[in-house]
Amino acid sequence: MTATVPPKAPTFLGLPTAPRGVGHLRGDQSFPDAARGALRDGQLRANLGHATSTIRGKRAKVVDELPDWAQLREAGRALKTATMARLDDHLEELERQVTARGGVVHWARDANEANEIVTRLVQATGTSEVVKVKSMATQEIGLNEALEAAGLDVFETDLAELIVQLGEDKPSHILVPAIHKNRAEIREIFARTIPGVDPDLTDDPRQLAMAARTHLRERFLRARVAVSGANFAVAETGTLTVVESEGNGRMCLTLPETLITVMGIEKVVPTWRDLEVFLQLLPRSSTGERMNPYTSTWAGVTPGDGPQEFHLVLLDNGRTAVLADEVGREALHCIRCSACLNVCPVYERAGGHSYGSVYPGPIGAVLSPMLTGVEDNASLPFASSLCGACYDVCPVAIDIPSILVHLRAEHVEAQERPTAEAVAFRGLAKVMSHPRLWHLAQRASRLGRLIARGRPTLPNALPPPVSGWTRSRDLPTPPKETFVESWVREHGS
Amino acid sequence: MKVALFATCLVDTLTPSVARATATLLQRLGHEVVVPPGQSCCGQMHVNTGYRREAVPIVANHVRAFAGAEAIVAPSGSCVASIHHQQAAVARRAGEHRLADEAEELAGRTYELSQFLVDVLGVTDVGAYYPHRVTYHPTCHSLRLLKVGDRPYQLLRAVRGLELVELPDAEQCCGFGGTFAVKNADTSTAMLTDKMANVLGTHAEVCTAGDASCLMHIGGGLSRLRAGTRTVHLAEILASTEEAVTPDQHTAPAVSA
Amino acid sequence: MSAREEVLSRVRQALGADRTAPEEVVRDYRLTDGRPAGDPALLELLVERVEDYRATVLRCAPAEVGATVRAALDQGLGSGWSAGDVVVAPGLAEDWRPAGCDVDDDRPAVQLADRAASVTAVAVAVAETGTLVLDGSPACGRRALSLLPDCLVCVVTADQVVGSVPEGLARLDPLRPLTMVSGPSATSDIELQRVEGVHGPRTLLVVLAG
Ligand code: SF4
Repeated sequence: MTATVPPKAPTFLGLPTAPRGVGHLRGDQSFPDAARGALRDGQLRANLGHATSTIRGKRAKVVDELPDWAQLREAGRALKTATMARLDDHLEELERQVTARGGVVHWARDANEANEIVTRLVQATGTSEVVKVKSMATQEIGLNEALEAAGLDVFETDLAELIVQLGEDKPSHILVPAIHKNRAEIREIFARTIPGVDPDLTDDPRQLAMAARTHLRERFLRARVAVSGANFAVAETGTLTVVESEGNGRMCLTLPETLITVMGIEKVVPTWRDLEVFLQLLPRSSTGERMNPYTSTWAGVTPGDGPQEFHLVLLDNGRTAVLADEVGREALHCIRCSACLNVCPVYERAGGHSYGSVYPGPIGAVLSPMLTGVEDNASLPFASSLCGACYDVCPVAIDIPSILVHLRAEHVEAQERPTAEAVAFRGLAKVMSHPRLWHLAQRASRLGRLIARGRPTLPNALPPPVSGWTRSRDLPTPPKETFVESWVREHGS
Repeated sequence: MKVALFATCLVDTLTPSVARATATLLQRLGHEVVVPPGQSCCGQMHVNTGYRREAVPIVANHVRAFAGAEAIVAPSGSCVASIHHQQAAVARRAGEHRLADEAEELAGRTYELSQFLVDVLGVTDVGAYYPHRVTYHPTCHSLRLLKVGDRPYQLLRAVRGLELVELPDAEQCCGFGGTFAVKNADTSTAMLTDKMANVLGTHAEVCTAGDASCLMHIGGGLSRLRAGTRTVHLAEILASTEEAVTPDQHTAPAVSA
Repeated sequence: MSAREEVLSRVRQALGADRTAPEEVVRDYRLTDGRPAGDPALLELLVERVEDYRATVLRCAPAEVGATVRAALDQGLGSGWSAGDVVVAPGLAEDWRPAGCDVDDDRPAVQLADRAASVTAVAVAVAETGTLVLDGSPACGRRALSLLPDCLVCVVTADQVVGSVPEGLARLDPLRPLTMVSGPSATSDIELQRVEGVHGPRTLLVVLAG
């Protein structure tokens, strides 16, 4: 199975993962460490709390409006499952159809290869400016950095991406990358970084949006190359789809001479009809609208309308490794709506940057570790209380909690030397599977009564790992007798 | 009916009054309660921390301890959810197909307390008396895995003397999450703080729920703050009557056991 | 091995030799709205849903489209507009066009940005979601036409109005460049509060005939 894997490159289940040193899938801190800092950022907490509760309410309202939501969700899940089971066939069909309609299809094993392809294609046009539509795939592979390293100027055109780019910040949400910034902070960034911006710019969202419009208008009109992602690609017709709101996507997909679309291989759907499911599930789950303002579809090139040169880059970058995991492959069904982020209590408090990856929140906590190999993102599967809110809202019913639990086990089982935790859990398993040992252990826990010295709770200062609990919560002093003991004493066994 | 009581490892060891209340309540409703002495744990903590292989003998012990029981009741949504959704799966993954079948079969007869009362016994008024202002926190696993729905509310509304106050943002996780509470102690505490703010905002005397684990977390936080609101398990409220206002139930914070 | 072959072979390796057969997809969601295209109740619903996006709908009899388009332009541009401000799709019905207006041709697309408003037909409209679909046909025009002028007037006829998304997609040709428009351009990127009008037309006016 592993014969083709180059030495030292990270793998997951025998398949190469996203390579190290490129792209944005790995953080430089563990989740608990990163979260510790974020939790103290009151402004961040306020911004996230406000934004996520707003969108949760909107989503719930438009989802409840559809009498057949459960059926659509089940169809979405089944469609994705069926697609993955024949992914190779669908990709080959997509390639045939796109090619037949005048597009050029490129395949990229990983981030480096995709970045090279796109850089080469842009350079071949002779331009030095690229306009971009927000795309998770190109963020994942660090395309902007690669293009900039080649001396090209990259302009993000989505408002939130623009805020992040101008603020030299990192995205923290799949749909709204600048969700961690409020209007006052955004006004400050615009006032500081946009040349010639109206000095009287206020923090009114409408004015801020207009400032972005003015800033980008010229760029759109002179752009010769655009880079986009894709929400869906229909294999049977070669039709690509971009779902958006602002019209920046349409600008990029329509005005330049050359369009380069970078798409993860899991975005393919077999038939045109399948969009009747996903175009109902996606907008309601993501922005909480019945339909997003603009959805564009195109198949290859159309004479006299839009770019006359079209390239489609099909990206693996660890996706096949995810596909190899029978439990985890469901994560490839994700349509990037971000509903799971918006309901996640951990995301809402720790924020997107704590996840260290462009994919934050519940889906990120399962997807990032599988794309990189679990050991490169080992703290993420533990960054969840397993409350299950993500699974409830996911429009394609990805059982994220079960995948989290599965990846925790993958991490534990990948350890070559036993950790202190593993020793403790193995010992406890032995004890819990033998009633006699269990009763002895329960009695031993009463030693806690000695340190409590008659108080109802144990002291706050206890050694790790108990300190993790007692730093913020009292721990009750163990009772004199367990329930089973007292019952047996009263009733006999 | 003969009911086998699964106390759960945490209740048995740290808050035995919850199991006692469950037994008292079922007996008062006219049922025979047995407590299989070989019981220990459902295995959930191991599975959820990544020790799914190690959980297999724990599952085997559980299945052994409750073999032959007609109905099994536990005062914990989370443990019952694990019995329903995890036990057979971890056994099967380990190649223990017989154990998996047995676990599945046992799960079919295992109930969370509020579901057992409302669905199996068909009672919502259990004859309880509890003259306190109470708010109810629907724990995540009861809510989303077991889908207990409004059963606990039905039970609480039928308790004489009890004033039920609505908990704002009730369906938000309290931040317990098993080993999450320790591994991600800061995030867990942040979630707990918001839950406590909502609980305290109700001015309830008592915060109740169907899971002793979440209550130990919420109650541990409230106790640390020296808040007057205490946590009391649903079983303890339902077991209370005029005669024994609070059988084995404490007016001090529940964590003080 | 080429990247193509390698990615495909990884997919095959990941799925394994004993890959499970694709499961049957059950489409038991609503395939139709139950009401025929153009049903008066659907027209009402379309109006409500389009207006919910803060677009404006003007209803008229089929014979009055021309006058209503002019009324729409009065609303969108103010009454002082001249025919030269308006560019229309080349296949737009003659009697729908404002007299003397500019007709789109094969000029460079960016030149359309000089026009204040454009007028197009649509291919289909979905009532439930308030969505208009333009399909690049002569009556709808090329994509840039409905994008660059800041005010967009779309003419919808009753027979084009269907109830649900599945019915709408079934009427479309996926090989054409399609644009689905649901209200004016908007963003929710600042505090997830919806603001209408960013890069696409800030004003959307719909003339519904019938
Ligand atoms: S996992 Fe589901 S809820 Fe989360 S972003 Fe993906 S599709 Fe949306």
